Amino acid sequence: MKPPKFDYHAPKAVDEALALLARYDGEAKILAGGQSLMPLLNFRLSRPAALIDLNRIPALAYIKEADGSVRFGAMTRQRTIEFSPVVAKRLPLLTEATRWVGHLPIRTRGTIGGSIAHADPSAEYPAVLTALDGEVIARGPKGERVLKPREFFQTYLTTSLAADEILTEVRLPAMSGVAGYAFEEFARRHGDFAIIGIAAVVVRDGSRCSMARLATAGAGPVPVRLRAAEEILEREGFGDDAIARAAAKAQDLVQPDADIHASSDYRRHLTGVLTGRAIKRAMAKAGR
Amino acid sequence: MADKSELVTVRMKVNGVQHEGRCEPRKLLVDFLREDLGLTGTHVGCEHGICGACTILLDGEAARSCIMLAVQADGAELQTIEGLAQNGKLHPLQQAFHEHHGLQCGFCTPGMLMTALDFLRVKPDPSEADIREGISAVLCRCTGYQGIINAVKAAAPVLRRG
Repeated sequence: MKPPKFDYHAPKAVDEALALLARYDGEAKILAGGQSLMPLLNFRLSRPAALIDLNRIPALAYIKEADGSVRFGAMTRQRTIEFSPVVAKRLPLLTEATRWVGHLPIRTRGTIGGSIAHADPSAEYPAVLTALDGEVIARGPKGERVLKPREFFQTYLTTSLAADEILTEVRLPAMSGVAGYAFEEFARRHGDFAIIGIAAVVVRDGSRCSMARLATAGAGPVPVRLRAAEEILEREGFGDDAIARAAAKAQDLVQPDADIHASSDYRRHLTGVLTGRAIKRAMAKAGR
Repeated sequence: MADKSELVTVRMKVNGVQHEGRCEPRKLLVDFLREDLGLTGTHVGCEHGICGACTILLDGEAARSCIMLAVQADGAELQTIEGLAQNGKLHPLQQAFHEHHGLQCGFCTPGMLMTALDFLRVKPDPSEADIREGISAVLCRCTGYQGIINAVKAAAPVLRRG
């Protein structure tokens, strides 16, 4: 229950970190908030030759508004996001989802970039990134790449980040001021990873729905955008029948694996139930 | 910066006192506190960030010291359970735990107190549901939590008065 030996580097700048990554040629791990990597090291499930600690790079921690989106430096702490007035105003879905991320002492250290790069399919931030159709910036020796969630998340704990790249920024389009939103989650205990989580954003026009965004956590190897369920709302509006049909469609769209926490059927059932709840709560919050 | 077995110098202020030690980069903060600084009040529980027994305040905010390296706390200010009581007088939160049966075996108590302290700073006037969520960051296997919840509830107004 103690980490194996590793070389330790705490660069002060991203370029320095990239040079170190290149030097270790795939044998180094990036250390962000450490709330997932440190347990893996303590269990010796991960044995990197080196750790490249980004915690001493102040330029990677920021929240900035630009061009209708909010940009987060990869090392921005979840706790900072939770209490950020800019996030509360522009991305209230993210504020709500953040309260589901572990516990306050975990959020003190955990970062947005770390959570997304770790790509645990049960985690909240990948679902929010998917629902809002944001972008991540990957920086490597050849420059920057901009990746959409669909390109970024490959499978369990696996992304399209190359071994010599660092996730440096997360960009989320600011939500419309009249959008309604909800993050619904079920876990055995508060603070556990989601068995299922649903992120929902809707814009209403009377009883019509002019935009719906729905995405899952925990319902498969990567977050799933529930496009066919969104289309039902956009076509049929917010009647009880339409919401029930969208929820049933959500259940059909996912193929979750079974694990020690829940069976596949149970997760599919929860996907439907929580999608229905998320839509109703989002709809009630939406201005018209 | 440091190769595998090379020792690094780590300096930190703990409970207002400056400390310095040398350790391998892989040394966990909680082990550094206990073994190198002799501050054994912070407990080692699950060692993977679940149980919360090792919770300390890092620059004023609660964090797990078992999933952080000592070298990462270089230059930081920490508060541990040893810093709570002042001049032999229990901190109001400790006093409330004493009065409301907030502990039995005491293993989780240091982590529970440091977590509750941070929680009450963030939410000075919490509802019972808030308290239950706040202390869900720490596992207790004796009390059934009710005494802890009562203690935090009782301490909140005392801490608000300052």
